Amino acid sequence: MSTTAPAPSRTDRARYLMRIADTSLVLAQRLGEWVGHAPAIEEDLGLANTALDLLGQARMLLSYAGELEGAGRSEDALAFLRAEPDFLNATLAELPNGDFGDTIVRQFLIDAFQLELYERLVDSTDARLAEIAAKAVKETRYHVRYSSGWLVRLGDGTAESHARVQDSLHRLWPYTHELFDADALDRDVAEAGIGPDLDAVHAAWLRRVDAVFAEATLSRPVDVAYRWYGKQGRHSEHLGYLLADLQHLQRAHPGASW
Amino acid sequence: MYTQGLNEPGAKAAPVAEDSERLRRFQERIDAEEKIEPKDWMPEAYRQTLIRQISQHAHSEIVGMLPEGNWITRAPTLLRKSILIAKVQDEGGHGAYLYSAAETLGISRAELIDQLLTGKAKYSSIFNYPTLSWADIGAIGWLVDGAAIMNQIPLCRCSYGPYARAMIRICKEESFHQRQGYDITLKLARGSAEQRRMAQDALNRWWWPSLMMFGPSDAASQHTALSVRWKIKRFTNDELRQKFVDFTVPQARFLGLSVPDPELRWDEQAGQHRFGSIDWAEFNDVLKGNGPCNRERLAARRAAHESGRWVREAAAAHAAKHAARGAAAA
Amino acid sequence: MSDNRDWPLYEIFIRARGGLDHKHVGSVHAADAQMAIEHARDVYTRRQEGVSIWVVRSSDIVASDPAESDALFEPARDKIYRHPTFYDIPKEVETL
Repeated sequence: MSTTAPAPSRTDRARYLMRIADTSLVLAQRLGEWVGHAPAIEEDLGLANTALDLLGQARMLLSYAGELEGAGRSEDALAFLRAEPDFLNATLAELPNGDFGDTIVRQFLIDAFQLELYERLVDSTDARLAEIAAKAVKETRYHVRYSSGWLVRLGDGTAESHARVQDSLHRLWPYTHELFDADALDRDVAEAGIGPDLDAVHAAWLRRVDAVFAEATLSRPVDVAYRWYGKQGRHSEHLGYLLADLQHLQRAHPGASW
Repeated sequence: MYTQGLNEPGAKAAPVAEDSERLRRFQERIDAEEKIEPKDWMPEAYRQTLIRQISQHAHSEIVGMLPEGNWITRAPTLLRKSILIAKVQDEGGHGAYLYSAAETLGISRAELIDQLLTGKAKYSSIFNYPTLSWADIGAIGWLVDGAAIMNQIPLCRCSYGPYARAMIRICKEESFHQRQGYDITLKLARGSAEQRRMAQDALNRWWWPSLMMFGPSDAASQHTALSVRWKIKRFTNDELRQKFVDFTVPQARFLGLSVPDPELRWDEQAGQHRFGSIDWAEFNDVLKGNGPCNRERLAARRAAHESGRWVREAAAAHAAKHAARGAAAA
Repeated sequence: MSDNRDWPLYEIFIRARGGLDHKHVGSVHAADAQMAIEHARDVYTRRQEGVSIWVVRSSDIVASDPAESDALFEPARDKIYRHPTFYDIPKEVETL
């Protein structure tokens, strides 16, 4: 760790937290759409549980981000009153649910990423972030168990299920690129020991993902050029609609309490 | 209440062929407040009535996830969103407990789901109404879950063991449901003029359908005598409805909202509220399938079932492959 | 493959906390045992009701037949000498 670079500013630290928080928030929002429509009652419950865990993470991280930022923004102010370019979630999280296969592939790719991320954040020089990560790690281990279990069943299930999730994987794979593409903010927090080295995260993620793909009889798609960097506020067309739903009531009733 | 459709001719018993001695001993057990358990001898009418009552209740919980699920993405704070997801998740869980209890009576979940999706089985009429604003989520928790609690507490003492135990579990979870609904409504009632209007509007639309949840009046109900003798039904529809009104009117008063019933008044002598007549034509129409959302609710459940078919088949295929591999290796 | 059948039924047993027995709480449908544990976790332990889950295929449960209850359980009824209260020990003997 370098001792010559200045520590990231509070604003930058807040932005880093928002990247993690927003990914959890947006993913939770997508999972919330499944409730009442899943393939079996027990999967309604399972997806809802994951959504609750992710919302809990988002709330803790956004609260902390608001404090660091020091502009008096609460977790709700950040969730309900920011515009699209200020959301810093990975674009992968905002993609529509599609079918159950699309949802499971999206979930597994993010769960596996969050597990590597949180396991390393437990050792963050930011004590509060480390504490949040310690709690999140336990939840994420279960998420990985759930989503990888389903990916294996679907990949190594029927011919139809195999074709569907292989196709899902082809479509979603390009969005994983930004998770590991370190930019200035990623490098600054890594230097300060606040966040992990994304190369290490990538290598560990790839090992886990390859192992699960093998068990699921799925092939890892070829890497292709990619367009959106949600973590920098450059989103797909989907986020606008998602936020319109999410934020509508607060924007329609400015200043109201709920 | 979640079992409004029981008062139909189809629920009639056929006791003639059964051993009168066994019937007598069965009734003795019931009268002695003994619980009947899954493999115990029971009259066929008892079994069928319970299957219908428990499964109607289960279907209601599952369909009930939809009107509230409608507002998960639009909940106005992150905490409210979390609470609503947890509540709807509970409804699904309640459905699961109840299907599980019904299956102990010799019917499979697949058959029960099929009955729901083909329109053969009924579910509570209340879930055929639309949720038009956030205040509806408050009203549903406060009024609909409130009415459900009124019905469910006596059912905790139902004679059939698995159903009674499922109801105990459900009742423990249900009181959070009513409280969160009242809490939402209280916040709105104390909020802006717009929010107060929203809350009053929701009460206007959900009040009468909530009263209808208790089913037809006692005078119009047939076939409840046997259910009462067998301790499946422990209070009459009118008794429960009256209790609900007496509990809920003061709650509305505290909110500063008015109950949409011009005939509502306190009868000092009787020690209870008098209230106006229910529109039974609307009730019957909704039960028949002509409520505002009957088609959408069933369509949503059918779509979920159909679009999930390949998923369920894949899981079964995967399990079969692994069982075969395990057997081959052994 | 026809989907008119459910996934198999599993009976669920939960140990509420260390020191207690596993108790039967109900059933879930699942395609395999790992899924059954996950389903049991989501259906029956949302409020910290358990520290351990057992899942058993319902078809593997062998139950005593209620019709044989008399033969199985009645004979124990009159063997009251199995209970400590049957024995009249003089008060002066303190430690029995």
